[in-house]
Amino acid sequence: MRQWTTIAGIAITALLTLFLVVPILLSVYAGLTVNYARGISAGFTFEWVRQVWDLYADTVWRSLVVALLTLALTLLIGVPGAYALARKGGRFARAVEEIVTLPVAVPGLALALALILSYGGFGTFRKSTLFVVIGHVLFTLPFMMRSVIAVLDTIDWRTLDEGAASLGSPAWRRFVDVILPNVRPGIVAGALTVVTLSIGEFNLTWMMHTPMTKTLPVGLADAYASMRLEIASAYTIVFLIMVIPLLIGVQLIAGLTERRTKS
Amino acid sequence: MNAQAPVNAVRSGSSITTRRLSKTFNGMTVLQPTDLEIPAGQILVLLGPSGCGKTTLLRLIAGLERPDGHDMIRFDGEDVSGVPIEKRNVGMVFQSYALFPNMTVAENVAYGLKIRKVERTKREAETRRLLALVGLEEYADRRISAVSGGQRQRTALARALAIKPRVLLLDEPLAALDAVLRERLRVEIGLLLREFGITAVYVTHDQAEAMAIGDRIAVMQKGRIAQIDMPQEIYHRPANDFVADFVGTMNRIAGRVENGVLTIRAGETMVRLNVGGPDRPTTLCFRPEAVRLTSASGAVVARIAAATFFGATQRLVAEVTPECRLQLDLPSSLSFTPGQIIPFDIDPAAILEFKARA
Repeated sequence: MRQWTTIAGIAITALLTLFLVVPILLSVYAGLTVNYARGISAGFTFEWVRQVWDLYADTVWRSLVVALLTLALTLLIGVPGAYALARKGGRFARAVEEIVTLPVAVPGLALALALILSYGGFGTFRKSTLFVVIGHVLFTLPFMMRSVIAVLDTIDWRTLDEGAASLGSPAWRRFVDVILPNVRPGIVAGALTVVTLSIGEFNLTWMMHTPMTKTLPVGLADAYASMRLEIASAYTIVFLIMVIPLLIGVQLIAGLTERRTKS
Repeated sequence: MNAQAPVNAVRSGSSITTRRLSKTFNGMTVLQPTDLEIPAGQILVLLGPSGCGKTTLLRLIAGLERPDGHDMIRFDGEDVSGVPIEKRNVGMVFQSYALFPNMTVAENVAYGLKIRKVERTKREAETRRLLALVGLEEYADRRISAVSGGQRQRTALARALAIKPRVLLLDEPLAALDAVLRERLRVEIGLLLREFGITAVYVTHDQAEAMAIGDRIAVMQKGRIAQIDMPQEIYHRPANDFVADFVGTMNRIAGRVENGVLTIRAGETMVRLNVGGPDRPTTLCFRPEAVRLTSASGAVVARIAAATFFGATQRLVAEVTPECRLQLDLPSSLSFTPGQIIPFDIDPAAILEFKARA
């Protein structure tokens, strides 16, 4: 009986994995073929990847910068914000949490339009990468805050705070010494979400970008729209090369901090 | 009041005075205006059922709650009502310990010293000394999650004592432990507090704990102190019905006193108790141990319903009438069988009489 369920489990998992992985593998394959329509017989080349790099290297770096700035801002605003909301509690805090979550429910295009309407007049800001970063922060902040609030709900932070206070610790040190280390799992999970969302974000960014502030997904859309299929597919390869190590890296950091808190 | 200092104790810490100290939450007064005088070095236990205001009183002294008015709490005569807890220099032991999971046992104990910028070598020496005092040297580098409940409790105590607080406040520090451990630590904490000679306020709902630890006990009821006195006084001379019931077991015999005699009809026989005083309806109270078997005539007689062996003594449940059940402690060397009828005397000096309950 157990064997049967184990085999079924493996089969379903394998099928699901194939379902997810095959399209990605096909893209990688397409990006490496000389001519996708003619298939393997035409041979393989790195030419398309090279061309993508020549044309779009700046979007790769910009995406990284945007993701890191977004992460920095969500950490600075989201973590103390989440703690403040937890401390405040009650109906007001819940209302604020809902409002902060709103940008996730609103279509990215609408949000981008709202931002352009508000800040379109400020030319330099409108044209800077920072403008894109602000959009990403609005969109990713709730993920950071909710992740931290979820962990706060599982620890008795009020008593921890009172304990530290009784030992003479001022409010800011209690936050740094006691609250932050104990919500670390929430911060790490939130950071992972923020970075991946920011790097892959398209519809908000597409509306907000200028020719000088293109991010990787926007460049990808460009390539699909205006160039041959092989180049667009090669772009996917570049994206994967960038994102996969990043994800593994963040997971590793998460694993390390977890082990430290547990041991 | 009846503050009695144990001999040889070094007295330290501040005296605590509260003046008309009260606390109102959302229009509900959880602590009625309370006057309290705790001399330096004394251990006061706040005892009472949940919701009686004992924890609120403790948190007010700690500075975790703001009192209703000004100049309500003084340490050594100095008004601290407006001083927040982080500046009040109080040691606090929480029911859930509030230990920091991100730090080791030693780091927890050293935290208050680190905040006070005590120089590293001195800090480490002091931490070691305190860990030795509570018997945790070997566990210094363990994480909090890797030590037992009793060890956590002692870590919390060492951490609170490390900052050399003016007063030590303990909020049900043993409530989270199992019965055996609780009993052992109760004795240890009592000894440790006396050794430190520190002013301490100890909140508990466990009367045995209160008796073991307190120099004085304040029994609280509905937001006020019902009685404050030494444990012996609280036990033998409870100020009212509530205290009598809350501390220890109390037997009650209700009836009417006529010509100085309380008469109870028990089947065919009449039980008579000489109590004196004017004619009145009354309830007489006495402790289970205040009885003695006798053969003299005029004794109280009761039928044994059950007997529980306690070691040196045994507790009998005995019926004078079906409405009047008594608990009697007698030496366990005597043997009884259920249904047996025993005659006994009640020590007249141990009989208490309260105004009839509302």
